[in-house]
Amino acid sequence: MLKSYDPNGFFDEMASAPGHLRPHYEKFARLFNELTPAEFDEKRRAVDLAFLRQGITFNVYGDKQGTERIFPFDLIPRIIPAKEWEHLERGLVQRITALNLFLHDIYHDQKIVKDGVIPPYYILSGKHFRREFAHFKVPKDIYIHICGTDLIRGGDGTWMVLEDNGRTPSGVSYVLENRRAMKRSFPGMFEAIGVRPVDQYPQELLKTLQHIAPSGVVDPTVVLLTPGAHNSAYFEHTYLARQMGIEIVEGRDLLVRESRVFMRTTKGLQPVHVIYRRIDDDFIDPTVFRRDSMLGVPGLIHSYRSGNVSLANSIGTGIADDKVMYYFVPKMIKYYLDQDPILPNVPTYLASDESEKNYIVENIEKLVVKAANESGGYGMLMGPKSTKAECDEFRQAVLKDPRNYIAQPMISLSTHPTHTGDGKFAGRHIDLRPFILYGEKTVIVPGGLTRVALREGSLVVNSSQGGGSKDTWVLYGDE
Amino acid sequence: MLSRVVNSLYWMSRYIERAENTARIVDTTLQLLLDSRHLNDAQLAAHWMPIIQATGDETLFGQLFPKATGHSVTDFLVFHPANTNSIFTSVTQARENARMVRDQITVEIWEELNRLYLFLNSPRAREVWDDSPFDFLQQVKASSLQLVGIAFATVVHNEGWHFMQAGKFIERADQTTRILDVRHASLPQKGIPPTVSQADALEWSAVLRSCSAWDAYKDIHGGDVSPVKVAEFLLLSDNFPRSARFCVEELDHSLRNISGVQARRFSNDAEKLSGRLLAELEFGTIEEVFAVGLHDYLDLLQIKLGNIGAAMFNTYIFQPFVNMEEEILVQQEFQQQQSQS
Repeated sequence: MLKSYDPNGFFDEMASAPGHLRPHYEKFARLFNELTPAEFDEKRRAVDLAFLRQGITFNVYGDKQGTERIFPFDLIPRIIPAKEWEHLERGLVQRITALNLFLHDIYHDQKIVKDGVIPPYYILSGKHFRREFAHFKVPKDIYIHICGTDLIRGGDGTWMVLEDNGRTPSGVSYVLENRRAMKRSFPGMFEAIGVRPVDQYPQELLKTLQHIAPSGVVDPTVVLLTPGAHNSAYFEHTYLARQMGIEIVEGRDLLVRESRVFMRTTKGLQPVHVIYRRIDDDFIDPTVFRRDSMLGVPGLIHSYRSGNVSLANSIGTGIADDKVMYYFVPKMIKYYLDQDPILPNVPTYLASDESEKNYIVENIEKLVVKAANESGGYGMLMGPKSTKAECDEFRQAVLKDPRNYIAQPMISLSTHPTHTGDGKFAGRHIDLRPFILYGEKTVIVPGGLTRVALREGSLVVNSSQGGGSKDTWVLYGDE
Repeated sequence: MLSRVVNSLYWMSRYIERAENTARIVDTTLQLLLDSRHLNDAQLAAHWMPIIQATGDETLFGQLFPKATGHSVTDFLVFHPANTNSIFTSVTQARENARMVRDQITVEIWEELNRLYLFLNSPRAREVWDDSPFDFLQQVKASSLQLVGIAFATVVHNEGWHFMQAGKFIERADQTTRILDVRHASLPQKGIPPTVSQADALEWSAVLRSCSAWDAYKDIHGGDVSPVKVAEFLLLSDNFPRSARFCVEELDHSLRNISGVQARRFSNDAEKLSGRLLAELEFGTIEEVFAVGLHDYLDLLQIKLGNIGAAMFNTYIFQPFVNMEEEILVQQEFQQQQSQS
């Protein structure tokens, strides 16, 4: 079925030219081409039904018509050969190490500022910089324990980092469920092709969390704190809690007494030592942050400061997600590790730099403009795909609040053959979000979440905006 | 286990049982109407209204529908989203509670419950209903019974399981009393009723059928259907799995499994009240029930079941959920004192 596939001039993961497969796709294509369109269709239906029945869904905000949807899943896997993955792994480890050193530095001595690498203004004006936590020692000096870094490939196939998600990245449950679905659909392929497993993730996550238990606690109680069943990632929260064998709690299940955190159980109050929190800083404790938060736990931050409970990720990591900080990550790598970045950034213009601002304003129709602290595909302008009015609106916004904007050239993401209905396949743009665990050692489960923009020509892969996903196969070998 | 989780398991189980019982009662009433031809609206209303009275939703029904017809009543009981006891709402609630504790229930339970929910939300549900209400109700009943079986076969029999059991049996006991109460208007307020007419006997057999009790009853009493024997069977039978006594015994058993306190002792109000009610049912006679009057007796029984539920909530679930504003003050005061000392 893939024989007539044409990459249409884009950098395509599978085909270097019409009819020319890259070596690491050959085994897969041979096995896949043995399927008849009817067999493929049957497998596809079975997977969709299984996802819906198991409730592998995400919630769409502002959608009154039944808030749950399945995350569309495409059966053609994205394949990464061993050598390429090693390169990515080294780059990601380098990056997370630098980010953790950076966070520790700016919450303590601020050497990187004093040495003039990053102007102090950018940090102090960061929306998510938590000055209350200056000089607070976080357990084991780790700030970002779980990171979901978005990677893309440009027109020549170069891997680049698009953004670092160092707060509460989601999507890993789809990595695990997509793999299960693929194993059910193509049981014979995995061994024949040599695909590295991913199902160790929950155990590695649990180890990462246990690693930061308050000192003196031998058998720590770890819980996952969720905003609740109406959160878009609730399925993932329950899934991970179940896989790790820990309790999933809501704010109202927890109570702070004498600076210690407890959960309410049928047998009374039980102590809690480590919280994998999937609630943003702003909502986690109404006595410290947003007073109107009904999701948080009053007193939690005091307990955290007293060293009685540990949080993952730590408070204040949001400053590293600031898109202005992203601009400085290559400099951080050089500054803290004295290395050149293995994975480059996408070229980025800072609107708060006078000359770059002028460039942005003059060339906005060619650029992608992003608000510094938005995510999920919101607060973004794709110049070449926008109307003049939209461009003008962003131009005004950039001029009014330059600190809050960056711009990047439009990258045409790499494409991947994707099912488009009726047994036909066409190239659709994709990205990759690997999940990095930073504990006693740094662990990256091979692969990650490959998101795909299902609409023809679209470059937006977010699930809230018509994106789907694929299983990601990292091979033991190179073909 | 977390109090909130236990609360959700308990209500998930209760709502599944509730959906099943509503399906039973609608099913039996429809079957009964097939037997009696040429009913006018008034007679139809006389059949359906007691069912709505039994669930305690008469006022709401009056607000939603001008009069009780076969169509309006079944719509109210089966599909109406505003009726908190309709099959649709019960299944939605059961599934919502299950969703809150996805990690605590087995995949098998979730998938079956979700399947039933998706069915009720699909256009096909209406089609099946219009085509054959019996097939529709059969699907709801079968799904509920399947869930009971799946739970039994896949769930670890731990604390959460005992809360699910408690929820199921407290609901079933309550529903049995409500079904039994449907025909109370044909009885004298107090005392043993006189012999019944052929038509009445048919209606009392319908009550038995609503509880899946027809075969079991016939084995003991043959075809002789009288209100006294039916009431005795549905209230006091020690081995029929839907009788009030049987359900309360199972409820009591679950409560003791939760706390570890042996029978005939108690460590909290829930155990005290359930033990007391069980003794009443074990050592009561049907003559005493009718001396009080069946309707009044059932009313009282429902109140007692409600009290057991409330006591359970207070004991296990009501690790009082704090008021956010008050808790913020408590924490600020504590932190203030600490920083001064």
